[in-house]
Amino acid sequence: MDSILRYLGNAGTQREILDRLVEHVYLSLLPVVLAVLLAVPLGWCTHRFRWLRAGLFGVANVVYTIPSLALFVLIPAVIGTQILSPVNVVAALTIYTTALLVRPVADALDAVPAHVVAAATAMGYRPLHRLLTVELPLAVPVLGAGVRVGSVSNISLVSVGALIGTGGLGVLFTDGFSRRYPAPILVGVVLTLLLALVVDRLLVLVQRRLTRWARAGEVTGG
Amino acid sequence: MIEFRAVTKRFDDGTVAVNQLDLTVEAGIITVFVGPSGCGKTTSLRMINRMVEPTSGTILVDGQDVRAADPPRLRRGIGYVIQQAGLFPHRTVLDNVATVPLLSGWSRGRARHRAAELLELVGLPAELGRRYPAQLSGGQQQRVGVARALAADPPVLLMDEPFSAVDPVVREGLQDELLRLQDELDKTIVFVTHDIDEAVRIGEKVAVFREGGVLAQYAAPAELLARPADDFVAGFVGRDRGYRSLSFVDSGEVALDQVSTVAIGQPAGAPTAEWVLVLDEQRHPRGWLPPRSTVEGAVTEAGLTPGGSLYQAGTPLRGALDAALSSPSGLGVVVDERGGYAGVVTARQVLDLIERARPTATGAERGH
Ligand SMILES: Nc1ncnc2c1ncn2[C@@H]1O[C@H](COP(=O)(O)OP(=O)(O)OP(=O)(O)O)[C@@H](O)[C@H]1O
Ligand SMILES: [Mg+2]
Repeated sequence: MDSILRYLGNAGTQREILDRLVEHVYLSLLPVVLAVLLAVPLGWCTHRFRWLRAGLFGVANVVYTIPSLALFVLIPAVIGTQILSPVNVVAALTIYTTALLVRPVADALDAVPAHVVAAATAMGYRPLHRLLTVELPLAVPVLGAGVRVGSVSNISLVSVGALIGTGGLGVLFTDGFSRRYPAPILVGVVLTLLLALVVDRLLVLVQRRLTRWARAGEVTGG
Repeated sequence: MIEFRAVTKRFDDGTVAVNQLDLTVEAGIITVFVGPSGCGKTTSLRMINRMVEPTSGTILVDGQDVRAADPPRLRRGIGYVIQQAGLFPHRTVLDNVATVPLLSGWSRGRARHRAAELLELVGLPAELGRRYPAQLSGGQQQRVGVARALAADPPVLLMDEPFSAVDPVVREGLQDELLRLQDELDKTIVFVTHDIDEAVRIGEKVAVFREGGVLAQYAAPAELLARPADDFVAGFVGRDRGYRSLSFVDSGEVALDQVSTVAIGQPAGAPTAEWVLVLDEQRHPRGWLPPRSTVEGAVTEAGLTPGGSLYQAGTPLRGALDAALSSPSGLGVVVDERGGYAGVVTARQVLDLIERARPTATGAERGH
C-alpha cells in the first residue's frame, strides 16, 4: 500500500500515468471510430448484394481469430511502418473492430422493415441520404451493442501492444515487471478496468440518447 | 391525369406482374385499383412514381413521361401512402409529417408549421405530434401516413391498401375521412385495395385487375355492379352485388308509415297487437316493445327489444333495406339528419321503390 502511495505521490509518475491513459484512450478508441466508418459501407454492401455475404463474413471470422500479438507484428511488414509505431496498433485494432462490426451492421440493415425503406424511397430520399438518416439511425440498437463490445475489447488489447512498445497503460505493466515493482502494475490494471467501465457507461448513455424512440412504444399513452 | 400506355412489367424471374396495361386515370377523382392478391396492383402503382420501372410501355403524369424526371424529385411531387403506414419509428409524428417539405428544402420551422396544419386536417390533436409512431394506434398511424403524403400538397396521391391493417369500424371511419378530405382537396388519387366493398365505396372509377396483371374492367362502381364485363369480374364483385348496388340507388322520396311510439319514462298504456317504438327525449329511437307486452309503470331502457340499424332519409336505399331486414318488428326505422324518429318502412316498400327506380329502359320507351 505504502509503495503504491509513494508511486502515485511522485509528480513525475503522475504525469507519466496521465500520458499513458490519454495514449490508451486514443489507441483503443480511434480504431473504433475508423472501424465504424469502414464497417458501415462494408455492411451495407453485404446487405445490398447478398452474394457477398458468405465471403465477407468468412473473411471477418478468420481475421478475428488471428492472435493480436501476431497481427501487431505482421502489420508493419504489410503496411511498411516502423515496428514500434503506434500506427500498427491502431491499424490492427481497426481491422479487428471492423471484422467485429460488419455483421451487426448488415444484420441491422436487414432488420429495417421493408415498408419503412419503401416509404422513404417513395417520399423522395436519395439512397445515401436514406441510408444515413433513416436506415442507420434504425440500426443503432444493434450497432451500438457491437460498438460497446469492440471498445471494451480494444481497451484490453491495447495493453498487449505494450509488449511491442507502442504505449498505453500496458507500459506500466512492462515497466513494473522489468523492475519487479508491483505498484505500476496494480495502477495499470485498475486504470484499464476503470477506463473500460467508464467508456462502456458513456456509450450506453449515447446509445440511449440516440434510441429514445425505441423505448417510446413501451410507455404507450404515457 | 395519369396515362398508362401499353405498360408491361416483367420481373427478372420472369413473372409478368402487369400485362399491356392501357388506362387513363382521370384528374381530380379517386380511382381504385382492385383485384385478387398478386394481380399487379402494387406494381402498377409503383411504376407511376418509378419505384418500379416498366419493362415496356409509357406512363405519363400530366402529359409528362415519368422517365424524363429525376426519380427522387418526381416522388416528392407525388404523395404515397404505404400499407402499414411505414412511418419512420425514430422520428416524432410531427417530423414524420414534415419529411417531404424538409426534403424539398423548406426551413425546419416552416415544415413543422405545415406538419401541424396537416395533423389538424386529418383530425389528429396537436399533442400527438410530439409522440413517436409506436405510441399511436393503428388508425392514428394511418392518418399520420395520409398527412405525411399530403404535406407538400402534391397534386397526385398514391395509396396502397392504406386501411387494410385496421379493424372494419376504424376502416370505415378512415374511408369517410378520405372522402371528406377529397371533397376539399380535389387530388388525383389512385387507391389500391383487394376489398371490393372498399373499392365501390370510395372509388369514382374502379379498375378491376385479374391474375397476370390484366385489366379486366374499368368503370364506375354502379356500372361495375350492374354490368360486370365477364365471369371473372362478376365472381370478384361477389354474390351480394345486387344488394351492394343498392348503395348507388338514391331513395328519392320514400313514403313513410307511422307506428305508435312511447317516450322513455312514460307509462306504456294498454297492451296492443302492434309493435311500439320507444323514443328518448330527443326522439332518438331506443328500441321496441313487442306486441301485447305489458309494462308496469313507466317504460325503462332495460326491458326493450333492441332495434335494428337506422336509415337516414335521403341516403342510398341499401340502408333502408338493411334497416327493415334488421328490425325485430320488420319495420325499418327512418330518422332525420339529427337522428330523430321520422317514420318506418317495410322491406316490401323498399323493394317496390327499387323496382320502380330500375329500368331507365322502360322509362325511355314510355318517352317515345
Ligand atoms: N420484386 C419482385 N420480383 C419478382 N416478382 C415480383 C416482385 N414484386 C412483385 N412480384 C410479383 O409480381 C406479381 C404482382 O405483384 P404485386 O405486388 O403488384 O401484386 P398486388 O396486386 O399488389 O398483390 P397484393 O394484393 O398481394 O398486394 C406477383 O406475382 C408478385 O409475386
Ligand atoms: Mg400490393
